[in-house]
Amino acid sequence: MSSGSSSISAPPVGLGNQPVLEVTDLAVRFTRRGEADTRAVDGVSFSVAPGETIGLVGESGCGKSVTSLAVMGLLPKRNVQVSGSVRLDGQELVGADAETLRGLRGADMAMVFQDPLSSLNPTVPIGTQVTEVLLEHRDMTRKEAVDEAARLLDRVGIPDPLRRLKEYPHQLSGGMRQRALIAMALSCSPRLLIADEPTTALDVTIQAQILELLRELVVDSGTALVMITHDLGVVAGLCDRVHVMYAGKIIETADRHELFARPRQPYTGGLLASVPRLDSPRGAPLTPIRGSARDTIAWADGCAFAPRCDSAQDDCLTEVAGSTVELVPDGPRRELRCRHPIEYPPAPAGATAPGAAR
Amino acid sequence: MTATATPADQRGEPLLRVQGLKVHFPIKRGIFVDRTVGHVRAVDGVDLSIDRGTTYGLVGESGCGKSTLGRAILRLVEPTAGSVVFDGTDVAALRGEPLRKMRRRMQMVFQDPLGSLDPRQNVESLLSEPLRAHGLDGGNAGIAAHIRTLLDAVGLPVAALRRYPHEFSGGQRQRIGIARSIALEPDLLIADEPVSALDVSVQAQVVNLLEELQERLGLTYLVIAHDLAVVRHISDVVGVMYLGSLVEQAPADDLYEEPLHPYTRALMSAVPVPDPVVEGSRERILLAGDLPSPANPPNGCRFHTRCPWRQETRCDDEVPVLRELAPARFVSCHWAEEIRDGVLRPKAPEEVAAIQGVHVAATGVGPVETDALVQGIDQPIERT
Ligand SMILES: Nc1ncnc2c1ncn2[C@@H]1O[C@H](COP(=O)(O)OP(=O)(O)O)[C@@H](O)[C@H]1O
Ligand SMILES: Nc1ncnc2c1ncn2[C@@H]1O[C@H](COP(=O)(O)OP(=O)(O)O)[C@@H](O)[C@H]1O
Ligand code: SF4
Ligand code: SF4
Ligand SMILES: [Mg+2]
Ligand SMILES: [Mg+2]
Repeated sequence: MSSGSSSISAPPVGLGNQPVLEVTDLAVRFTRRGEADTRAVDGVSFSVAPGETIGLVGESGCGKSVTSLAVMGLLPKRNVQVSGSVRLDGQELVGADAETLRGLRGADMAMVFQDPLSSLNPTVPIGTQVTEVLLEHRDMTRKEAVDEAARLLDRVGIPDPLRRLKEYPHQLSGGMRQRALIAMALSCSPRLLIADEPTTALDVTIQAQILELLRELVVDSGTALVMITHDLGVVAGLCDRVHVMYAGKIIETADRHELFARPRQPYTGGLLASVPRLDSPRGAPLTPIRGSARDTIAWADGCAFAPRCDSAQDDCLTEVAGSTVELVPDGPRRELRCRHPIEYPPAPAGATAPGAAR
Repeated sequence: MTATATPADQRGEPLLRVQGLKVHFPIKRGIFVDRTVGHVRAVDGVDLSIDRGTTYGLVGESGCGKSTLGRAILRLVEPTAGSVVFDGTDVAALRGEPLRKMRRRMQMVFQDPLGSLDPRQNVESLLSEPLRAHGLDGGNAGIAAHIRTLLDAVGLPVAALRRYPHEFSGGQRQRIGIARSIALEPDLLIADEPVSALDVSVQAQVVNLLEELQERLGLTYLVIAHDLAVVRHISDVVGVMYLGSLVEQAPADDLYEEPLHPYTRALMSAVPVPDPVVEGSRERILLAGDLPSPANPPNGCRFHTRCPWRQETRCDDEVPVLRELAPARFVSCHWAEEIRDGVLRPKAPEEVAAIQGVHVAATGVGPVETDALVQGIDQPIERT
């Protein structure tokens, strides 16, 4: 009942369906002289199949953006150490030369950011920016590229595309800019799209439009989508498989119905219990997680969430248990990093899942 | 019109009554001489009232005028028209000392207190400043005792006193901001996006704190936020704004059970719910296009350019008034009854876009404003 219940769930990986992206043991360390190293991403592994949407979810600073930049090869070279493996259609990207990466970006993998203004050139009309991507990666004449650019803007729901092509980024609203960016990302039908908080800066009615667009894209073109967000509602509506991150590590992985019905990691459960839901009875109290993301310990010393965790016991610390807390299989298609997870009474067969711990 | 949440309120007069409030900002152009070329109608005729001890939640998308309304109530911006009556006194008529006294009874909580807290002052001095400014009795010892009570009320340790704003996490800074705002024992708190900048796990701490303080201190709240789930959770009565006007006002539960205005329905259906079962089954009303410019709002019903229920008659040329459709349920839509009863059906967003495209050109509503400064729409990140 776990994986098949989602309406847009992708065929499971392994049935002759090679993943588009395979990330194994990715680690990113920022080194700065005179300062302690920051392990922004620490042993992260996940994969995405064609037509599948996975979610990387967690609060600010947990390493979502650094993960996506590492995958795209967009991290600065200086003072940054990247290790592990990132394979796009089998091709290793970690350590690949800049030329190779540039060729892949735009053509085979593309990214959409939270703030579209920062990734659009303010002095160049939208149309020119889209046609340039097309001319660089596809065999087209300028005339063909302009027609294609207009078609792309139309596809992402920008009205009057021929006029919009002549406009500059600042002349578009935030929602329109994000559409233009998605149009650019789509221009070469990439196999992989990474969307880093693409709707966080937008109002909900505009967010709904953009999410609908991404949903269609995945269904129509079989693009593998990595959705990065802090919003559990967005994850619930969009992602087949969800990886919850905390302090640079994945702490729980599950298919979305499973994750929301039975979160096992206390942090996941805590997140679900702390967001007010539009559909919950009013007066239902919110149960916050205490402290903040700053109250953390190094993973080497124990579970980084221990200072905030109500289930924490002595053996969550390395010096007591004699080992660090690892991510281990936790039933079918689930993984968990926790010594004292949330337990559920065994569900009678066919019964509906109980609500999340709230 | 009274926004009574519970019939239990027998103290009569609401604490705050806003009537016909308008705030229009001039749009200036020109290099040497500023010419006024138009007005941004940020707030364009709002009536609302808030009963003592209750919470009024104001929602709407960025740019619809929520912050400006809050600021106009405090007279941080001068209203263009309308009245603000606080505890029986017309705030607009006040000058000098009486205005200062009145302001002390109405305080504001901001989105990120880091912007409103002086980085060079430690917490002790930040909290004692308003006390000294308003000449609280009791001298230094009295002030020190008062500050400790404040810290305790917002759940900060005494050790916080010697530290500076940047040393705190976002959630703790918001606690400092709240402590400062309740220092002078105000009656009304206007909280503008109080939890929008916080991580979700921390949002709940601050929401709970606000609720607890309300209960303990008998505070009245105006909570402004773009997050409908937060607003519904915390409010007794919710007002929904669109382009400077209230389109609907209802007790929080009723609003969720049965939203009456087409915009409210679309807004609610767009809020993601962290539950895949709900997400998979709910009806979604997608809206066409963006928010129109408040400098050049559509004629008739302001929502008609995006409304999936728009009708051939009335919607384009007759301004709907906020009327009481059922007890305590206010809505400004010509067709609210027919929409509620399912007599009228919504159109798809593509259809709305197509119709509006033709319509705008045909009647020449005016040149399309291409200046994003004037459009000034949906650019949040920092919600202001
Ligand atoms: N250029 C950088 N130099 C040093 N530390 C960085 C840099 N970029 C990010 N970090 C750190 O890496 C961690 C993860 O950041 P990020 O991936 O941006 O988080 P998220 O996207 O989940 O909010 C944070 O602690 C952040 O401070
Ligand atoms: N001081 C100002 N001068 C000119 N226009 C303003 C000013 N403050 C706000 N506005 C405009 O008024 C409208 C409403 O703004 P605001 O009240 O901040 O909306 P909200 O808080 O709902 O996002 C926006 O179009 C904004 O650009
Ligand atoms: S390992 Fe221990 S501290 Fe970490 S989440 Fe599980 S119970 Fe809590
Ligand atoms: S008055 Fe007309 S356009 Fe306005 S909300 Fe009602 S149906 Fe829609
Ligand atoms: Mg990020
Ligand atoms: Mg605002």
